[in-house]
Amino acid sequence: MTVLRPELEPAVPPPESSALALPRRHYLNAGYSVRSWLLTLDHKRIGLLYLLSITFFFVIGGLAASIVRLDLMTPQGDLVQTETYNKLFTAHGVIMVFFFLVPSIPAVLGNFLVPLMIGARDLAFPRLNLLSWYVYMLGGAFTLYALAAGGVDTGWTFYAPYSSTYSNTYVMATAIGIFITGFSSILTGLNFIVTIHKMRAPGLVWYRLPLFIWSMYATSIIMVLGTPVLAIAIFLVGMERMLGVGIFDPRLGGDPILFQHLFWFYSHPAVYIMILPSMGVVSEIVPCFCRKRIFGYGFIAFSSVAIAAFSFLVWGHHLFVSGQSVYAGLVFSLLSYSVAIPSAIKVFNWTATLHKGSISFDTPMLYAMGFIGLFTMGGLTGLYVAALAVDVQLHDTYFVVAHFHYIMVGGAVMGYLGGIHFWWPKMTGRLYPEGWARLSAILIFFGFNLTFFPQYILGYLGMPRRYHIYPAEFQVLNVMSSAGASILAVGYFFPLTYLVWSLFYGRVAPSNPWRATGLEWQATSPPAVENFAETPVVTQEAYDYPAFDAMDAMAAKGLPG
Amino acid sequence: MTTETMPHTPHPHTVAHQFDDATQQREASELGMWIFLCTEIMFFGGLFLAYAIYRHQGYAGFAAASHKLDVLMGTFNTAILLTSSLFMVFAAHAAEHGDRKHFVRSLSLTIGLGTLFLLIKAYEYYLKYEHGLMPLGGLPFHWEGEHRTQAHQFFNLYYLMTVVHALHMVIGLAILGIYLAQATHDKPVSELASRVHITGLYWHFVDVVWVFLFPLLYLI
Ligand code: HEM
Ligand SMILES: [Cu+2]
Repeated sequence: MTVLRPELEPAVPPPESSALALPRRHYLNAGYSVRSWLLTLDHKRIGLLYLLSITFFFVIGGLAASIVRLDLMTPQGDLVQTETYNKLFTAHGVIMVFFFLVPSIPAVLGNFLVPLMIGARDLAFPRLNLLSWYVYMLGGAFTLYALAAGGVDTGWTFYAPYSSTYSNTYVMATAIGIFITGFSSILTGLNFIVTIHKMRAPGLVWYRLPLFIWSMYATSIIMVLGTPVLAIAIFLVGMERMLGVGIFDPRLGGDPILFQHLFWFYSHPAVYIMILPSMGVVSEIVPCFCRKRIFGYGFIAFSSVAIAAFSFLVWGHHLFVSGQSVYAGLVFSLLSYSVAIPSAIKVFNWTATLHKGSISFDTPMLYAMGFIGLFTMGGLTGLYVAALAVDVQLHDTYFVVAHFHYIMVGGAVMGYLGGIHFWWPKMTGRLYPEGWARLSAILIFFGFNLTFFPQYILGYLGMPRRYHIYPAEFQVLNVMSSAGASILAVGYFFPLTYLVWSLFYGRVAPSNPWRATGLEWQATSPPAVENFAETPVVTQEAYDYPAFDAMDAMAAKGLPG
Repeated sequence: MTTETMPHTPHPHTVAHQFDDATQQREASELGMWIFLCTEIMFFGGLFLAYAIYRHQGYAGFAAASHKLDVLMGTFNTAILLTSSLFMVFAAHAAEHGDRKHFVRSLSLTIGLGTLFLLIKAYEYYLKYEHGLMPLGGLPFHWEGEHRTQAHQFFNLYYLMTVVHALHMVIGLAILGIYLAQATHDKPVSELASRVHITGLYWHFVDVVWVFLFPLLYLI
């Protein structure tokens, strides 16, 4: 009978122990049949189901983006027809936002890690969890059908009355797809909130929770309270299209601005659904690769909750030039500035954690550093567009496109990839090839900047977003951007290959390859079906790396372990 | 240093493996339902918002159209629904005490009253359709007098809100129907208690939504 505490673990396994073997029983070899996967109630397997599905959607969304970028190489837009162009950027936005980024970290890493990190055997509602995956796939099927049947051209924002009355494309099928998928994120959020409240291991009080859990909690709140508003907005668009109810169409007495309010009431918080989980991942990675306590634990934890709360109060910054009242604009501008405060608090705390740390630049850390820099760029330019007068110039230009790609791709996707690499040994029991991984992290960083930095300049110079044909003077910057996109594509292609490779040929991972604190590292790699042989009891704070390393050092000297 | 451990106590078959005991399980499902209801509030909130805005903009038309609704039937239906909630409470209470007879009786009454509500609602819709007051999907809209656009909007919102509400009732009735079937097929009703309790929360919520819909639609 032992307490599962890091300092009581047996001596450090040398990191390069090729003699390590996988545990005899774990969740991956618990069953090989298709049924054992498709009907699984194990949160870890459901996480992997999500991993496969969102990767699939990421590839489709990426293909659409590639064609868009290819087309924008020339000002005349020679590659595709203008109608097709509209459908391509819509497909890209819809798939990347609703089918990749929103589910990404919560549904893959969150599903896998939340029970492990809090010492539980599973989420509170395993059946609901499996249901959420099926719901997601059903929504995906509708959207793919819409895509195959001819596509949608409204943009991912579905602005009425174009979407509700005029567009002659497959709006209904896509809307149904998004409506349905929304329920999967509601179910995931609900499951996480209940699990985090009710299923923490003994001793795991709120202040000892890993910051990833805090960020999942904040994300879940937004999912649960924001998603239904998107659902109703889409529902009303659908009703207007099918039954001609006069909600958004001015001819019938409706008001198109109401759609924008409802849409952004969800979609601004939703941008935090996409970024908060990455912030959680970074908060795990940074202290581990600095071997330091995280700086300002309480500030980071509560800034997540503050972001979740504030995020519901700023949607009007998307309507500055939509005819919203000037006073509303003023208030929304001020509130948008205030949401930047908790975001900045996090950045300062991560940097303070780096200060005087013994930093090692393994792949997860490279991604985390990339995240911090690129998120800061995205956040700072958010302040530009949140300034009323400046936004009159920048609204609907490439500046906005660059702003949110710095946050959603530079920030959120970097965090996601960092997390995938960090926990890959835990999920699969295999180590990925470090050299390739570092190379691709660096490629992604440079490719990303080359793709999107020119877009800031393009927007500043006045190039509108979503245009197929543009004045010749913008060509050089557009070609730079497309060149960057091809580097980015190569950078994403690498992990896709070497991670799959590592499943078969990667070195076997020890249970704690990074010498990280956190309960998930005390389970075997890969974990057993029931996660822990005995429910762990937690007796200390989350990131006590100095004490952890001191124990390691003692164990290495052969002192009692 | 602490050396205590938490051995897995063997589970009674009604406690799912991820929970330590029945209390944790019950608290979890109850919290889950409350969170779901928060989601529902936000969902209906969108509809209520649309209603509030357009009523504010076109009050006269809304009032005129509202007078075409049958207050008597609306009131009667409100009473029916509130009574069904009362029996829902009785059913949950009976389940708690493992009292099959009262459970089956109260639950049947809840389901019966809920169904009656839906039937009356359907009849109301039918009457409106007869009078050309169902302007959905190109159906005719017979409206003499002013504020045609606003009245049109009112009726559309009326149908959207009440149909969405009715859909919630259908889902609730289906779930309650399953419990009824289980109870009559010899499942110990005390095992249903926790589920009946949280479904009851849902049922009351749907009831409360109606309590807001009724004055807003019928009584302005
Ligand atoms: C740091 C605080 C932030 C501020 C002050 C801010 C501000 C703004 C403003 C004012 C706009 C509207 C610009 C326009 O359309 O003219 C905007 C657009 C956008 N922002 Fe941010 N933002 C912030 C953070 C984020 C984050 C964290 C994300 C995503 C994870 C994000 C994603 C987006 C997206 C997707 C759009 C454009 C939506 C569209 O029109 O298609 N923003 N932001
Ligand atoms: Cu926003």
